[in-house]
Amino acid sequence: MKYSPRTFWNHLTQSHTPIHCQPGPISIHLEKLSVSYPKNPIISGLSCHFAAPALWGIAGPNGAGKSTLLKTLLGIQQPKEGDITFHGFCPCDVAYLAQQNQLDRRFPLTVGDTIAMGLFREVGVFQKYTDIQRKKMQIALEQVGLPSFSKTPLQALSGGQFQRVLFARLILQDAPVIFLDEPFTGVDTQTINDLMGLLQLWVKEGRLVIAVLHDLDLVQDYFPQTLLLARHFFKWGPTAGVLTKENMRAALTASRSWESMAGVS
Amino acid sequence: MIDFFITPFTDYVFLRRALVACMALALGCGPVGVLLVLRRMSLMGDALAHAILPGAALGFLFGGLSLPAMGLGGFLVGFLVAILAGAISRFTILNEDASFAGFYLISLALGVLIVSTHGTQIDLMHVLFGTVLAVDRTSLIMVGGITSFTLLMVAIIYRPLVIECFDPGFLRVIGGWGSLYHFLFLVLVALNLVAAFQALGTLMALGMMMLPAVSSRLWAHHVWSLFLLSSLFAVISGYVGLLLSYHLEWPSGPSIILVAGLIYGISLVFAPFGALKQQQGMV
Repeated sequence: MKYSPRTFWNHLTQSHTPIHCQPGPISIHLEKLSVSYPKNPIISGLSCHFAAPALWGIAGPNGAGKSTLLKTLLGIQQPKEGDITFHGFCPCDVAYLAQQNQLDRRFPLTVGDTIAMGLFREVGVFQKYTDIQRKKMQIALEQVGLPSFSKTPLQALSGGQFQRVLFARLILQDAPVIFLDEPFTGVDTQTINDLMGLLQLWVKEGRLVIAVLHDLDLVQDYFPQTLLLARHFFKWGPTAGVLTKENMRAALTASRSWESMAGVS
Repeated sequence: MIDFFITPFTDYVFLRRALVACMALALGCGPVGVLLVLRRMSLMGDALAHAILPGAALGFLFGGLSLPAMGLGGFLVGFLVAILAGAISRFTILNEDASFAGFYLISLALGVLIVSTHGTQIDLMHVLFGTVLAVDRTSLIMVGGITSFTLLMVAIIYRPLVIECFDPGFLRVIGGWGSLYHFLFLVLVALNLVAAFQALGTLMALGMMMLPAVSSRLWAHHVWSLFLLSSLFAVISGYVGLLLSYHLEWPSGPSIILVAGLIYGISLVFAPFGALKQQQGMV
């Protein structure tokens, strides 16, 4: 991500979204959520419910507010109206994988350094990594299929390998709720298959996994639950019932009518 | 040999002081510059460096050509301008670089105006291009203090600082005080620019940070080795630059920056990640 004065300003003025936290089994509840940029409504009136364990895909046309929804759930983006309630976890328990192009793939770190970030909440600023933690890192690397890459610099990795490293970092974060933004863009098929296995493993472990995807085939093949989102239009539930022809057409119309309204070609 | 390389520094107190100041500057600017480049904040650094001028000029009004007064003014105003520019780009349609360019031109003009109306042409030259040969005891202590503080801070917050550079969103999402470390880092940048301001002037202060940092990136691929190399390059630039300026009677600031530029040029071509090696397909 390029650094700009605006980023700096946002850093100084950021405040956290009023996300309500309540006890109970892990789930996320959205009630009439609306998000907008100045003079530009992105999402309006979205109500839905995600309960763990589950694997949710968020699908929808380009610019339909999928990434914005994730950012709102993370507290990076402020909602205009509506409520977000987290049950059984707090906002900092979420592990988040941003779109790959947000990171500098030539950053001078080794694979080991990068995945170790996943343990930051455990080790803090000063502590040394214990033997158990080092073992955890090795296991995470094996899980993503890069067992001998600990000392490899990031710049030597392919796009798929880089994504595997970020998944190893997610494993180490050991979070009950995991958000992924376009995790499979620019990634080879073999890697998609391997990482998909990981997602399914996480769900078996009782986690709530939510991924934004633009590839509908992927959603249809792998994601049992889907939220189809296009600005004011949304449908959620089991994938087969959501990704029907009528719904898809309605989603496209919804995002197109907005585009013509806003004068975007 | 010894006459050429060492005697100037043993014979003249002002050269010795300049050398010590350069070394101190190099040690602090090395790590800070590397982080600045890795965080892709070169533009921000540029704007900060220029924004220091009006503050330094105000300090000059009240305290004359003394580094502590000018440094304090520069630090405060530099920070204020950085925040203002951020706000402007947030609340208007102006592009970020445009709003920053606007701000630093205004800063430069304002600074030059204040210094030239209240001082001499020579004062103005000092402020714009630095006076490393006029470093006195107080300034030396100040530069040394800033460097010590910088190195300590970097050592203490090294881990979150590197995480924040690599993935700015990460610490924020996990509730890890990302903004705090970012803010501390900006303080370090501003402090080191103030220190470099005395030696190299407002126009070239950033050079001591940027040039060694980008050069080192072409040689190494660990953050810690980048720190070391960058500081080493900065030390070499300082020493060779002063030597050249003594023997050839060149102005000291530009000599130092040009030596750093020469190292950059050599690195661009011959370093492991430079043009020649990359051409051969090595990574």
